[in-house]
Amino acid sequence: MKKGFKTEIKIDEASSPRLNGYNFAYLDEGTKRMIRRALLKAIAIPGYQVSFGSREMPLPYGWGTGGIQVTASLIGPDDTLKVIDQGSDDTTNAVSIRRFFTLTTGVKTTEKTSVATLIQTRHRIPETPLRPGQIIVYQVPIPEPLRFLEPRETETRRMHALSEYGIMSIKLYEDISIHGRIATAYNYPVLVNERYVMSPSPIPKFDNPKMDRNPALQLFGAGREKRIYAVPPYTRVKSLDFEDYPFRVERGEQSCALCGSRESFLDEIITDDRGTRLFACSDTDYCQRRHTEGQRGSFSGMPLLAAKRLQREA
Amino acid sequence: MVWEDRPLLRALKVTKYFGKRVGCCDVSFDLWPGEVLGIVGESGSGKTTLLQCLSGHWVPSSGRVYYGEGTNGLADIYELPEPRRRYLMRTEWGFVHQNPREGLRLRVSAGANVGERLMALGFRHYGGIRADVLNWFHRVEIDRDRVDDFPTTFSGGMLQRLQIARNLITKPRLTFMDEPTGGLDVSVQARLLDLLKGLVSELSLSVVIVTHDLAVVRLIAHRLLVMQQGKVVESGLTDQVLDDPQHPYTQLLVSSVIQA
Repeated sequence: MKKGFKTEIKIDEASSPRLNGYNFAYLDEGTKRMIRRALLKAIAIPGYQVSFGSREMPLPYGWGTGGIQVTASLIGPDDTLKVIDQGSDDTTNAVSIRRFFTLTTGVKTTEKTSVATLIQTRHRIPETPLRPGQIIVYQVPIPEPLRFLEPRETETRRMHALSEYGIMSIKLYEDISIHGRIATAYNYPVLVNERYVMSPSPIPKFDNPKMDRNPALQLFGAGREKRIYAVPPYTRVKSLDFEDYPFRVERGEQSCALCGSRESFLDEIITDDRGTRLFACSDTDYCQRRHTEGQRGSFSGMPLLAAKRLQREA
Repeated sequence: MVWEDRPLLRALKVTKYFGKRVGCCDVSFDLWPGEVLGIVGESGSGKTTLLQCLSGHWVPSSGRVYYGEGTNGLADIYELPEPRRRYLMRTEWGFVHQNPREGLRLRVSAGANVGERLMALGFRHYGGIRADVLNWFHRVEIDRDRVDDFPTTFSGGMLQRLQIARNLITKPRLTFMDEPTGGLDVSVQARLLDLLKGLVSELSLSVVIVTHDLAVVRLIAHRLLVMQQGKVVESGLTDQVLDDPQHPYTQLLVSSVIQA
């Protein structure tokens, strides 16, 4: 380690796979403190977007720079990290972010939701219910739910301050008038703690009910937009709707081809160019756990690894 | 009809400076419920500045604007808390822009534009909002099957009618109009004025209308203010001002109208 770098965290250098020359978790301690202060403010005001001095990270904007900074400022040597991308532990984004933290912190990583203390996610909430003490960090591309209707940041901030949320219904109105139902299927706006309207990040609306009164701490980081927001444990999260068109989770009739689950959120996987397809859990950890428990879907004849490879390639 | 014993809007020596330049100077008047006040004058005479000051958009440099709010008597609109002022602006007041594109959201459907104020007021019943929107499409003479089209597909006259519907759907007590017929051809102007006149009497709207077109105020306004270089040079009943102008500028204005 270079002279001048100060690390407050002592770890066993010899047994760690950690890279030399970088501070623990890449960010310097001053930056981490700045982000932690923003996080504390965000937790104190559920759903409120706190601005923070987002740093350049060694990956492009839109790949999770906000989420990575939040994770980096929270992670400690005793943490067990899980990283998922669209529910899957082995897609490019998840693999590279997990590798990034392995190299810069040397912490244990896991694919098991139940074992992880810190979960960074892109576009999904794990099927396995989160437990108290866990932290889930969402990667957020556009933190401002009002942006669709109001391009001015000064105006959206004022609208949040005064709770002028009537126009949020316009998007839902448009959906019903065009499609006959609320067709927004992801990034479905929510009201947090009966005060702030918040973008849940582009998770499917299937996951929205999981945010409501969740025992885990939910943190949201938007690197390009330089915003952090949070939903503390057990906070009320309500999806916006109309009285005569209430919020409804939609799920197809299909079951997972690998584990047979009829409750999980499914990915559609095209298996050839003649229209054959199969559906499999988007949450690979959940699917694998069910599989080891002996649950089987219609595709049970296929070795799990081959099926997972198919899923990865899709 | 209930007669009220206090004005709806009172301007007291409203003055707006832009640095050294005078926008409008010492304008005072009372607007009574159900009354239509026309503000005429040449380009640059401070009409729009005055309207922006009256409607809560620009804080005047000096002078006060009072609004007869609820049961509380007259309240200075610039001393109201901001949430309350903004609430009034989207419920009890309307603002019709000269260019309808400024007053509409072009990226959402025409129906959502008209329904927006209802949703802003907290209406959360789609069927109810939709029915009200369709009713207003009918009232401003736009085909109901255009309700889900985008405003960008509408003609100029239709856009202006759409803007009017969007403002009037919450039945505001007070509406500000900035050249609502500007930029429309004569036949469309005539129909729009006809429509406005009908709505004004039907809803007993109070209106402050700014225009340079004397024909417009002749048709619709009860009273007139004539402005020149930021000052009101003449005021009175519309017919009185137009038929017997006293101030040299008003005489010039009236005589400049080409008789068709």
